[in-house]
Amino acid sequence: MTTETLTPFDPLADAVAALEGWPEAEEPVRGPVELPAPSTPAETRIRDLLIIDYSGDLEKVWATMILASTSAAMGVRTRVFVTFWGLQVFVKDSKRITGENWMQKMMSAMQRPGVSHRKLSKMNFFGMGPWMMGRLAKQYGVASPKELLEAAQELGVEFIPCQMTMDMFGLKPEDMIDGMGEPAGAATVIGLMTEDSTPLFI
Amino acid sequence: MPVLEITQRIDARGLSCPMPIVKTAQAIRLLEPGSAIELLATDAGSVKDVAAWCRTTGNILVEQTSDGAVYRFVIRRK
Repeated sequence: MTTETLTPFDPLADAVAALEGWPEAEEPVRGPVELPAPSTPAETRIRDLLIIDYSGDLEKVWATMILASTSAAMGVRTRVFVTFWGLQVFVKDSKRITGENWMQKMMSAMQRPGVSHRKLSKMNFFGMGPWMMGRLAKQYGVASPKELLEAAQELGVEFIPCQMTMDMFGLKPEDMIDGMGEPAGAATVIGLMTEDSTPLFI
Repeated sequence: MPVLEITQRIDARGLSCPMPIVKTAQAIRLLEPGSAIELLATDAGSVKDVAAWCRTTGNILVEQTSDGAVYRFVIRRK
C-alpha cells in the first residue's frame, strides 16, 4: 500500500506528524489495489449488542432488522428485546386478531400485527406510503424487514419478548413467530446494559 | 503469495446494504478455515463495509478489484 504524504501546509499537522507519523492515505476504490498484509484480528473482546425494539413503525423496524442482522453477521452476539409496539412486529403475519378481551382484540384489529404489516410514522396515507416504500425497496435491491428478520434469526440473533407487554396485549407464545427467546423483563435488559452489551433503543 | 482456491462465489449484485455482508457471513461459516470465497457486489457502500466486516470478524480480505460497476472481493476465512 502506498502511503501518500498529505499536502503539508499545516504547521500543527506537521508537528503532530513528526511525532506520530502521517495518517495512512485512503485506499483507492477502483482498479486492482495492493492490499496491506493481513492484520492479526484484534485481541480485544467485542462487546455484545442489545437493541431495544420499542417501535412498531416500518422505518424503525427496518433499522432494527438491518442493524441486528449486520451485527450478527459481524460475529457480534446480538440480542433484541422487543417491547410495546415492537412486540406487534413479532406476531405471526397470519394472525389477524390477538388478545383475550375485547380491548386487546380491538387493538389488534386497529393495528394489524406482523412484520409485513407495518405502518410508516409519517406519510402513511392509509397504506400508500408503505406500499411505495416496498416498491422502491424492491427496485433498489433493499431487503424487506421480513427477509432481514429471517436472516437475523438464521445468524443467531436472539429476540427476547417483554413478558409484561405480552400480558397487557393478551399475546400468547403461540401468537409469536417461531424461534423467539424466553420472555423476560426490565431487569434482564438493565442487567445486560450494565454488564457487557452496547445498548441501542429504537 | 500462494495461490488461493476460491471455493464459492456469492453473487450479491443488485443487492443493497446489508445483504452483501449478511450473505457473506452466512456463506463463510460453511467454509473450511483457510479457504476463500469471491463476493460480487454492486453496492458502492460494500467497499467500506467489507473492509469493516473483515476487520471485526478477523477474516482476511485478500483481493479487491472493480470494473467500475461491479466490485469483486476475495475473502479468506480465518
